Amino acid sequence: MLLIPCPWCGPRDEAEFHYGGQAHVAYPENPAALSDEEWARYLFFRDNPEGRFAERWNHTAGCRRWFNAVRNTATNEIEAREVIA
Amino acid sequence: MTSRRMAGWQGEPVRFRFDGRDYEGVRGDTLASALLANGVRTVAASPALGRPRGIYAAWTEEPNALVRYGVEPMAQATTLDLTEGLDATSLRGRGRLSEEPDTSRYDAVHAHCDVLVVGAGPAGLAAAAAAAGTGARVIIADDRPVAGGSLPDTAETVGGVPGDEWAATTLAELGGRPDVRVLSRTSVFGYYDDNYLVAVERRGADAYSRERVWRIRARQVVLATGAHERPIAFAGNDRPGVMLAGSARAYANRHGVLPGARAVVFTTNDSAYAAARDLAAAGVEIAAIVDTRDTAGHAQDGTEVLTGHVVTAVGGDEGVSSVTVSGAGHVDREIEADLLLVSGGWNPLVHLFSQAGGELRHDDATGSFVPGPVRQAVEVAGAARGVFTLAGCLEDGAAAGARAAEAAGFRMGDAFRIPETPAEEPAEPAAHLWLVEAADYATHFVDLQRDVTVADVMKATGAGLRSVEHVKRYTTAGTAHDQGKLSGVLTSAVVGHALGLPLADLGTTTFRAPYVPVGFSTLAGRDRGALHDPVRTTSLHEWHVAYGAPFENVGQWKRPWYYPRAGEDMEAAVLRECHAVRTSVGAMDASTLGKIDVQGPDAAEFLDRLYTNMMSTLKVGAIRYGVMCRPDGMVFDDGTVIRLADDRFLVTTTTGNAAAVLDWMEEWLQTEWPHLRVYCTSVTEHWATVALAGPGSRDVLAGLAPGLAVDAASFPFMTWRDTEVAGLAARVCRISFSGELAYEINVNAWDGLALWEAVMGTGTVTPYGTETMHVLRAEKGYPIVGQDTDGTVTPADLGMDWVVSKKKPDFIGKRSFARADTSRPDRKHLVGLLPADPGRLLPEGAHLVETGTLPEPPVPTLGHVTSSYRSAVLGSTFALALVSGGRDRMGEELYVPLGDELVPVTVTSHILYDPEGARRDG
Amino acid sequence: MTKDFPDHPDWLWSSPEPRRSYDVVIVGGGGHGLATAYYLAKNHGITDVAVLERGWLAGGNMARNTTIIRSNYLWDESAGIYEHALKLWEGLEDDLGYPILFSQRGVLNLAHSLQDVRESVRRVHANRLNGVDAEWLTPEEVKEVCPIVDVSPDVRYPVLGATYQPRAGIAKHDYVAWGFARAAAAMGVHLIENCEVTGVEVAGGRVQAVQTTRGRIAAGTVALAAAGHSSVVAATAGVELPVQTHPLQALVSELLEPVHPTVVMSNAVHVYVSQAHKGELVMGAGIDPYNSYRRRGAFHIIEQQMSAALELFPIFARAHVLRTWAGIVDVTPDASPVVGTTPVDGLLVNCGWGTGGFKATPGVGWCYAHTIAHGEPHPLNAPFSLERFTTGALVDEHGAAAVAH
Repeated sequence: MLLIPCPWCGPRDEAEFHYGGQAHVAYPENPAALSDEEWARYLFFRDNPEGRFAERWNHTAGCRRWFNAVRNTATNEIEAREVIA
Repeated sequence: MTSRRMAGWQGEPVRFRFDGRDYEGVRGDTLASALLANGVRTVAASPALGRPRGIYAAWTEEPNALVRYGVEPMAQATTLDLTEGLDATSLRGRGRLSEEPDTSRYDAVHAHCDVLVVGAGPAGLAAAAAAAGTGARVIIADDRPVAGGSLPDTAETVGGVPGDEWAATTLAELGGRPDVRVLSRTSVFGYYDDNYLVAVERRGADAYSRERVWRIRARQVVLATGAHERPIAFAGNDRPGVMLAGSARAYANRHGVLPGARAVVFTTNDSAYAAARDLAAAGVEIAAIVDTRDTAGHAQDGTEVLTGHVVTAVGGDEGVSSVTVSGAGHVDREIEADLLLVSGGWNPLVHLFSQAGGELRHDDATGSFVPGPVRQAVEVAGAARGVFTLAGCLEDGAAAGARAAEAAGFRMGDAFRIPETPAEEPAEPAAHLWLVEAADYATHFVDLQRDVTVADVMKATGAGLRSVEHVKRYTTAGTAHDQGKLSGVLTSAVVGHALGLPLADLGTTTFRAPYVPVGFSTLAGRDRGALHDPVRTTSLHEWHVAYGAPFENVGQWKRPWYYPRAGEDMEAAVLRECHAVRTSVGAMDASTLGKIDVQGPDAAEFLDRLYTNMMSTLKVGAIRYGVMCRPDGMVFDDGTVIRLADDRFLVTTTTGNAAAVLDWMEEWLQTEWPHLRVYCTSVTEHWATVALAGPGSRDVLAGLAPGLAVDAASFPFMTWRDTEVAGLAARVCRISFSGELAYEINVNAWDGLALWEAVMGTGTVTPYGTETMHVLRAEKGYPIVGQDTDGTVTPADLGMDWVVSKKKPDFIGKRSFARADTSRPDRKHLVGLLPADPGRLLPEGAHLVETGTLPEPPVPTLGHVTSSYRSAVLGSTFALALVSGGRDRMGEELYVPLGDELVPVTVTSHILYDPEGARRDG
Repeated sequence: MTKDFPDHPDWLWSSPEPRRSYDVVIVGGGGHGLATAYYLAKNHGITDVAVLERGWLAGGNMARNTTIIRSNYLWDESAGIYEHALKLWEGLEDDLGYPILFSQRGVLNLAHSLQDVRESVRRVHANRLNGVDAEWLTPEEVKEVCPIVDVSPDVRYPVLGATYQPRAGIAKHDYVAWGFARAAAAMGVHLIENCEVTGVEVAGGRVQAVQTTRGRIAAGTVALAAAGHSSVVAATAGVELPVQTHPLQALVSELLEPVHPTVVMSNAVHVYVSQAHKGELVMGAGIDPYNSYRRRGAFHIIEQQMSAALELFPIFARAHVLRTWAGIVDVTPDASPVVGTTPVDGLLVNCGWGTGGFKATPGVGWCYAHTIAHGEPHPLNAPFSLERFTTGALVDEHGAAAVAH
């Protein structure tokens, strides 16, 4: 049970959150202009590092806000978090 | 049978049965101490070899004395409180689940603290006292019924009083502090990320809840979990009467029980000398101390000490009768004894530390694995990190507790004064001996409960295995109920011996939660039955129950499935309900549909991006059906969108997907389009919704809503009106999921029952359930997301090109429609099927093949039946199916293999009833 | 009573020093890597092969799964490879000369809602067309197969029926791995433990060698079989994989007298449980939701698992959790694996088996060996290409497989 620092509600139990996978994967500006390969990359390919990983969390059982965190996937330690502006 | 209770030991008598015989013990006994007091030596047969086994230890590390009682399939006699009437049966390694239901209650408690101290021995108590003195919120958890850790075992004095008395007083003082919580009989069994620990509190059969799980989040943790005495592998080391020296001492000092009359003590270290002294004082004759070292410890005057000796054989098939000892340059001696006490030193209990992610290192001085570096906020104190003196443990604990409190942000308050302890005797360094070498290792047991011997371990290494993990799996050592508490490190040491490698290089196998076995029902707690998953019901639920409707689980909702009349089965009821809607009027509780209020200046723009079709062009007062896709182009959900104002929409979703759609909207709004000024709010529970359907619905509505112009021109299809229905404020939507003239009447949830009763009160309306709703919509070819789709279906596959906007530059999923696979002509299309035999109902899930004879498997499928019903209005069964290239197969005959039969069907449009839509306006 | 298990062979494998070069280097000494090495040697005569394992052989997911074997998957592509695997399982004990305790005690997949029933029946019919044994059982028939399942209508999500695959079952995972290892080693394959691959060397678009903690090892073909670590290894060759790594937990009870004659799985109530040969209940929990390489799940997942188990099996109430553990599984967007070639010549990938890798072990070993030997996929693994994510031709097993593989 990770202790996840919600920027608005403070540190809360993992069970209150919904995981959102890799952060900073923007919806493409103009999907129609992308090749099939580029579109496939957006749809299905995400980083999967063993180590620092910028990821998204949603505090579903609390404020329902999304935010980003940097967690080390080798240790599960959360090193940083940021508000999505 | 002779009593082995010390003369003068007082206690309230407790009667019990073991393996069908009656015995008497005293209050405060464990089953094990009571059995020993009654002279019972053999308590079990070993699982694999059937060898007699006796009590070997005194607490959770016990490998042999397993019993079952009542509904309990397996318990250790050494941890089981003796209670009046206890009727226990010995086990041979395997428990037996009871058919009797477990009627006990279980709870969970969440707790937060600054410092959690695990263990209330000398180190733990000192740590807790030191931490509590700073004002920190402290929880101290101890797994035993009596505080003090090893103090009641050793009867040492602390602060001039008996150790157990000091422990009890100290714990009582701690418990009296407002910010300290004392948890007795509470085993901390799991240590997870971010200092989250779980413990089980055993409160007993008479408590409101028999056991409770404590879920503790601690700023700082102090582990003062003590140490286990190490066994030594030697020939016959499994005989009843072989016992850990410290455990024998515990039976004497804690319970006044003498585990034997005449003992040989086999040791590598000084601690067994103290055990020998206590046992001698209690009345056990110490025949000899066999010390593997060349220098003896401090034996009592008159006790024979054989230095440089080891035990090489144990006589007595049913229990120790003699012990053979050997020493270099000495003739072997056979010593008569009924008890053989063993001490190979002590292993710190590093289980929780290791679970916390801490690294272990081998300490050459103690020959054991001790805590090394760790990332979590944890201190280890006392014997758990290899400090084995009483004074040392008190000091170490106090320091750890103070450090933990300081790290949690507390400044030193009342200093904890370390109590006086008797002067320690100068210690001789311990030897590290794990096994006594021999020509034959067949009875050198490593894991008593798994019947694993040194010979087994050597077979594993001989087969080429080099990792202790492999050896564990090859031999099963360490996998029994005692979780290898005694056998784990010993196995590593024996592997090291076999391979000629130092123990330090081999390490241990992984320490896994739980530290002690924990009951399934304890962990399930209250989340059972109706609380396993919350039940959601609509405001009309009572009416449905009273009317005898069976219910269908849809997500968490209970929905009325159909309303059988006397003598009707489901088929008859559904045919009648369908007929009523098609010819007259019916009503359904549609309250479970998800409803989301979407507001804001950019709401229309937002919905344009989410739905495949255009929502911004919808006029206020109008309604539009819409489909949402995932970015991969597959249908995700559908429903209606009604425009309440320029900047406000009410969106409906499928019942099961309501939460997912709201999450979806919020995710896109917050993470991709935070510039859009939109709020989304779930209003599902705000409304009760009654669907009124059938050619007679207009008249019924007109009667209930005299103020509403209901004619088709005034109230056209796909529009809504706010009005009063049955005197209740209502919003009426003219939409239809059956193809018939239909209305959805929405009122405040608290008015739902009144509305429904008013509708039913007209006497002309037939209530119908979800099954009828499904039949009616299928006749019209309306798909149900999740039933006629499966996450691999696009709007085009459903024949819904019309719902996909060609004008919008983009919406979620649009780009995926241009991929190679999504534009294949042979994709599976939603079509209708009419069986050649109109009475033949196809099973939903049946597949379709091309030919009337079935080749050998594998036979490629053309698709499958997604929906299948009997239709009153078609006078036939029919089905919807996803069929490869289906739209190009109209009129084709395909086959549905059912058992040995191939059932012929004809492919038709998925719209089987009223394809022109003539019935929509009544 | 004698010992629970048949005797192991006296010799398993040796631990050779790695050579500087091999025709084929297999990265990952788990079940898949070992089976691949075995079939490379046996079917294709390729024995200049090293299997490199960072820890101890078969110590990853092969040591951590719940040992369920079945082939009743929904889509033709999946049924093809899993049924091929099941047929191999049926002869594997003789083939390997190792007692792998393969017990065809059947698997029940329970249905708890009308939608579950539809999906289950769909799978049964699909299975039959594919030659996979499958039956649909009513709740009463479920009770006959497994008398301890509570099929009463008053549980929260009553059992409405189940699919049943009689040929499915369990095997002793460690012995399977050791059987493959022993047979491969006997044919000359080098099994090298404590040898972590830290990089894949590529030049001119072609694989050259692997860098390891025991030095550089040149290779004609590098075949990844690294499960949860596939992304990390592939990334060193500049290859991205559509997988995410998650912890998946499991647990065992104490040893109990036999009560559970089959394997029961439930997606809706999130349980899968069997009773192993020795008598312990073996249960799998739900997948932990976040990416992690830490072989440690969160405890509330286990608590939920217990609540689900007691819904279906009230008799388990007083059983005890004895050990919990986690593996790290590599999950793809369509819950189907990736087995085949990559944009780098000579670098092959086998990953994305998620929670379902164990049951495929001989099947994937067979097909992956073929892919290595021929440089192109076997027909059974051809649908599981990396390219499918570009074309959109996914093999979406979410619906039918969900978490409970």
